[in-house]
Amino acid sequence: MTPLNIEAVLELGNFSLQISEQLPVDGVLGVLGGNGAGKTSLLRLLAGLEHPHSGRLEVDGVCWFDSERGIALPTHERRVGMVFQDARLFPHLSVAGNLDFAARRARGPAVPREQVLDTLGLGPLLNRRPAALSGGERQRVALARALMSAPKLLLLDEPLSAADMGYRGELLSYLHEVIGSFGLPTVYVAHTLDEMTRLARHLLVLRGGKCVANGRITEVLAQLDLPEVSQGHQSGAVIEATVAAHDATYQLTHLTFGDQQLSVTGLMGTPGDQLRIRIYATDVAIATRRPEAISIRNVLTATVDGIRVDAQLPYADVLLTSGGHPIRARLTRASLDELGLAEGQSVFALLKAASLVSD
Amino acid sequence: MGIEWQALALTAQLAAVTTGCLLLLATPLAWWLAHSARPWAGWVEAVVALPLVLPPTVMGFYLLLWFAPDGGLGSLWFNLTGGPLNFTFTGLVLASMVYSLPFATQPLQAAFAGIGPGILEAGATLGASPADRFLRLVLPLSRRGYLTAGVLTFAHTLGEFGVVLMIGGNIPGETRVVSVALYEAVETLDYGSAHRLAGVLLAFSFVVLLLVYGLNRRLSFRLGPGI
Repeated sequence: MTPLNIEAVLELGNFSLQISEQLPVDGVLGVLGGNGAGKTSLLRLLAGLEHPHSGRLEVDGVCWFDSERGIALPTHERRVGMVFQDARLFPHLSVAGNLDFAARRARGPAVPREQVLDTLGLGPLLNRRPAALSGGERQRVALARALMSAPKLLLLDEPLSAADMGYRGELLSYLHEVIGSFGLPTVYVAHTLDEMTRLARHLLVLRGGKCVANGRITEVLAQLDLPEVSQGHQSGAVIEATVAAHDATYQLTHLTFGDQQLSVTGLMGTPGDQLRIRIYATDVAIATRRPEAISIRNVLTATVDGIRVDAQLPYADVLLTSGGHPIRARLTRASLDELGLAEGQSVFALLKAASLVSD
Repeated sequence: MGIEWQALALTAQLAAVTTGCLLLLATPLAWWLAHSARPWAGWVEAVVALPLVLPPTVMGFYLLLWFAPDGGLGSLWFNLTGGPLNFTFTGLVLASMVYSLPFATQPLQAAFAGIGPGILEAGATLGASPADRFLRLVLPLSRRGYLTAGVLTFAHTLGEFGVVLMIGGNIPGETRVVSVALYEAVETLDYGSAHRLAGVLLAFSFVVLLLVYGLNRRLSFRLGPGI
């Protein structure tokens, strides 16, 4: 997958979106932020549905917008495949008609229609009208339609939000499958960390129209002072680990990262594979001495790298470094004080669980 | 005593030509009204709606002056073609277009506004140019608006009387339409002719409306509710 470089210096009128960033889209660039942070505005600027009052936008070396040189490439010439929150299927066309609309206007290499239909499970829906589809089905058709237009850049605006709760996991799997098999540079807007960690490698965090973090997801997730990744039960770290061995007897996979070892349940990958492991902050406990006679198998040696306490909350967030990777732990403030933790201290991190980010 | 086929044919021709020309003219106007954010769009909207409230004779009077050889449009027309506008079929078509303007514009404006920007934005991201989006998305999604606009304009032109009387007069084959012929028949107490003309027009109008509403139902069934 070739990284796609977005250079954006954008200013948008009364709602001030001010971004001046280089965004490498190597696979999926996640855009995270609360309501009104400017996530959708950013996508609309990229798609050319909105033009900034001033600024410059360059994608993959091609200028799409430059207020000084008077360049504003219209949307239909940008070759962006956009999936809107509300699908926006053409109501007068069947599912097949919607896909054909996109395919006939595709300006890139022909997209294998069968593969798109198979990947998104659309075969049985082809003759249906959009009005007869469920929310999740509409999003799948919208995604297929965007793919059929042979885009250079895929823009996804909270594609899960229109799907029923129980169906989001399935839709996320479809998305993962699509991104994996079509290898398109993608900008993905979402507001849950779980979606992000599943898909994105690079994370941009917006707040009030400004960029507050931009970097590899492993690094951004570790920022204690960033409420977007610190609040809520999904806060946690992603580490990249290598499969060392399988234990068929106990059905475990042993992994290494840096000088640390870790095992996860189930037999994953083959030795030598790189896997992404998600470790929630609430699943990490800290001990100042190596615990004995304990059921938890994953005990890592770590150093305390930072502590963030909010006197209003019962919890404290602790950032650890283990095997060169940042890991977050959430303790009660009471425990923090009892253990007397301080920055630079060597501790043991006990992982109650570590889950694989399927990759 | 036969039926005045000439008047009937002329009426149908007038209604058809007016409807065709007016739909072409009203399309860009309605599009602009549906999307313009300019403050004076309200003024244009009010002017377009004037024929709804003005008595036809008032409009006919102003058109008569405007179409006259020394009037604004009349003199321009004379310079271009060497002929007059008043008391001609062309003049009648132009007057009918003014008279039916709101009936064509308002349904189209509502249809265009109902499509909303979302669908067109989706079209643009899929590589459709503005003209492409209009032809492949706006037109098919406004089918019912065009149907309504066409029927209303056609029907309204069929029933036109006041304006025709003012600027068209009663020239057989040129401006003598059914409503005028009917009026004359009644004036001369020729109730037999009046019955026949009125009966043919009534039956014709009913059949046209029946076809249109049947088609409308089929369209709405195919598109699903709310579209």
